[in-house]
Amino acid sequence: MAVEFLMPSLGPDMASGTLVEWRVNPGDVVKRGNVIALVETSKGVIDVEVFTDGTVLKLLVEPGTTVPVGAPLAELSGTATEAPPRSEGPAATPAPAAAALHAETREAAHPVRPGFKASPAAKAKALALGIALEGLTGSGPDGAITLDDVARQAASVTAPPTLRDVVARAMSRSKREIPHYYLSLTCDFTASQAWLEQHNAHASVVDRILPAALFVAAVAKAARALPGFNGYYGDHGFAQAEAVHVGMAIALRGGRLVAPALLDADRKTAPTLMAELRDLTARVRSGHMRGSEMSQATITVTSLGEEGVDVVLPVIHPPQVAIVGVGSLVVRPWIVGGVVSAAPVVTLSLAADHRVSDGRTGARFLASIRDALQTPEAL
Amino acid sequence: MNTTDLEPKVLKLFLEVAPDVDAAQLDRAAPFRDQFDFDSMDTLNFAIALNREFAIEIPETDYRHLASLKQAVNYVRNAISGAAAHNQSS
Repeated sequence: MAVEFLMPSLGPDMASGTLVEWRVNPGDVVKRGNVIALVETSKGVIDVEVFTDGTVLKLLVEPGTTVPVGAPLAELSGTATEAPPRSEGPAATPAPAAAALHAETREAAHPVRPGFKASPAAKAKALALGIALEGLTGSGPDGAITLDDVARQAASVTAPPTLRDVVARAMSRSKREIPHYYLSLTCDFTASQAWLEQHNAHASVVDRILPAALFVAAVAKAARALPGFNGYYGDHGFAQAEAVHVGMAIALRGGRLVAPALLDADRKTAPTLMAELRDLTARVRSGHMRGSEMSQATITVTSLGEEGVDVVLPVIHPPQVAIVGVGSLVVRPWIVGGVVSAAPVVTLSLAADHRVSDGRTGARFLASIRDALQTPEAL
Repeated sequence: MNTTDLEPKVLKLFLEVAPDVDAAQLDRAAPFRDQFDFDSMDTLNFAIALNREFAIEIPETDYRHLASLKQAVNYVRNAISGAAAHNQSS
């Protein structure tokens, strides 16, 4: 049975993407997780993986073509099509629409009314994008309007959004819809720093660990332990995610920002997370993000420590419900047992969705991160 | 190793770590951080690249000597000649 490989949704605001390059040819055998195409979105060029095992039968789209989310890009042989990676997300994300389109695209074009033809997929997409079919010239059989025609019209009507537009839209939605509350907690980093220094003094440069990996590991463990901070808020309220995928806000040169995910971070050690974080940062900055990393974060960590700020008051990335900010690591007077000493400290902050959690559980969440940082060898 | 052609090699490694940087814009004496928002992760990746290419150990406390192209070239030159002298004496 032939299955279709569809233009994936690589973020809640993505309506279309441009195929940049095929990494496979007809006849190639592919495995789930293989990168088979490069797709350009407003977030940059992203490596897109296939979500089924099979053989490539036919490439349906030429490089350079812009198509909507959910449009078929290629035909593969296989036994089942699995949903795109956003299956945990709320119904508001485009994934279910993509699945619906998949079911419809195999039907032949049929007339809507005499003298007016459009494929079901084209109709669905036009409806989703708010484009009137009546004004379009069809390029399909008998002048039927195809998905391509709708995509061309969409591209001509609206210029593709820049990454700044995407960030602006997501942050506006966040501040419009999410009742944020904020907490902060200054933590003693002495134990973590000592552990890092000792580990790094004996480690080859490739195995050294930065504080960021400890923060991600500690946040992931807190997100697993306490409900209400890890998941998505959708049309039907909050859905706790079973896996913990920690989005890491990474600044790109030129002032752009992305937050790809470290998958299953709660089940990985700090050294493993460090290796992944290093690889992820290098790939993101050289333009090789993977689709599954772009759309799957269940909670986010943002660090502005290197910019010298004491505390970050971050904005939640919808549809997530929490984000943890990490301030600068600084040496401050610190009192333990009535004795003042100089200690490395860091101020952690939490912005969380008050529809889902409240200040008391938020305080426990931050305390849980702080406690994890006191035993870094266990992270 | 001939150290006169070190700078192009170090520059090439820097550009692998920061491929989005325009090499023509690079001021070889100015810190990467000030020019290109180079952060600790970039620095670590740069140190790893230098370690691989030149087989030199770079302790964490020496990262500050890799802050600019000029500094990094000097650091690598010293590290290589130090290793060579060490090998000759042993």
